Amino acid sequence: MSSTGSPCSAQPTLSSGLAGEQQHAAGKSHGQPLWLLAELTYRCPLQCPYCANPLDFSNHSQELSTEQWLDVFRQGRQMGAVQLGFSGGEPLVRQDLLELIGGASEMGYYTNLITSGVGLNEHKMAEFRKAGLDHIQVSFQASDESVNNMLAGSKKAFEQKLRMAREVKAQGYPMVLNFVTHRHNIDQIDRIIELCVELEADYVELATCQYYGWAFENIEQLLPTRAQLERAERITNEYREKLAAQNHPIKLIFVTPDYYEERPKGCMNGWGQVFLTVAPDGTALPCHSARMLPLEFPNVRDMSLQQIWNDSPGFNHFRGEEWMKEPCRSCDEREKDFGGCHCQAYMLTGDAHNADPVCSKSPHHDKILAARQKAEQVIDDPSQFLYRNERNSRIIARG
Amino acid sequence: MTQTVQTISTSAIPTLNRQFRFQWEPAQNGYDLLYPEGMVQLNPSAGEILALVDGKQSVEDIIVKLRSKFPEAGDISADILEFLEEAYEQHWITL
Repeated sequence: MSSTGSPCSAQPTLSSGLAGEQQHAAGKSHGQPLWLLAELTYRCPLQCPYCANPLDFSNHSQELSTEQWLDVFRQGRQMGAVQLGFSGGEPLVRQDLLELIGGASEMGYYTNLITSGVGLNEHKMAEFRKAGLDHIQVSFQASDESVNNMLAGSKKAFEQKLRMAREVKAQGYPMVLNFVTHRHNIDQIDRIIELCVELEADYVELATCQYYGWAFENIEQLLPTRAQLERAERITNEYREKLAAQNHPIKLIFVTPDYYEERPKGCMNGWGQVFLTVAPDGTALPCHSARMLPLEFPNVRDMSLQQIWNDSPGFNHFRGEEWMKEPCRSCDEREKDFGGCHCQAYMLTGDAHNADPVCSKSPHHDKILAARQKAEQVIDDPSQFLYRNERNSRIIARG
Repeated sequence: MTQTVQTISTSAIPTLNRQFRFQWEPAQNGYDLLYPEGMVQLNPSAGEILALVDGKQSVEDIIVKLRSKFPEAGDISADILEFLEEAYEQHWITL
């Protein structure tokens, strides 16, 4: 696991170290959608200012029915999908979640519930377990109550999360705790790690904010300084060594913000290679941020998952290398990072076919340098956050 | 993981860590090891070995079974031990 496909975390990992052969990049060839992320709803009781949901989520509120979701799961399974994430928004607000878990589990999926923990209780958790749920990921906003609740836009969130994390372990689930880190909480990384050890997390994602959706709107108040980041990484490594020496099974996953890298990430293991996201309204996407791109994406209401994955222009658009411009086209690292993140290229340069400006070879790399520079000067002021809620979304959608 | 790899005794009885799920995937024509938000696609030999890890059979039993199943492969006991050591280090199995 490196990072996540959920709005609240990074992107899911696929390790093929011991054999798996990934088909990559050559021509329009592509692998199987091993990972299916079901964003069941955009509804959420929290208002995190770094949410990866689209800014205009209020425009896409027509959710798929129970039957439609189960049909998507069946089709995905036939195509080889094995990991299924229930995400959102907050998946718990779907009244049919138990039924969806039961159905997916019966089909043979490894099922992951990616939740804020708000709306969860002991009884529901036990029912989910009986229905076959394999794992629960609980997202936290910070290690202390006031920062957590400030960021979540909720007064009681932290206490509820603690209770639920303890209950997840008490019921025998493997647990991932996800902390999205940024300039307001990254200096508490030691307390975050200690809290995770105390809560007996199996995996901890210390996921530096990825700047899409709401996070991009709030980047000034989120992007940490280089010094903050380096300190956090150093402390994480110290904990890793200490815990490994105790043969402690906890795994700390530190996701660096690509704004401090010189080469882009190989986003989603390649466009349309492994990951398939289905948004609440049935729109199928190669990654959960792709909806922002000026491309047409198919809907599961209109065509089969097979057609979507194999034949739709949206999924084929960035497969292979024909779309590449310079400096990617002639770059000897193009098979490693596939040009990086197209959403980032689009947001920062206006053209998704450009190299991800994180790359120091990009003629637009100055945008990243400017953001780093800015991070040194910003004065922390949480009152400037644009919170992710219905009202703000409607204002943005109206333009 | 900083600890040195221990040498597994052939009398040890490996058990799959219950935090992992091991299953055959027809669409991939292979075994997967599944865990929270991640997976390892096992190569055919790793899959064959883990398929025999059931908390009842010893390492010795597993070696004997695989040697009789794949006689043309020659002496594969060192490979099997090496894989089990790695699986132990990764916390996939307990001993």
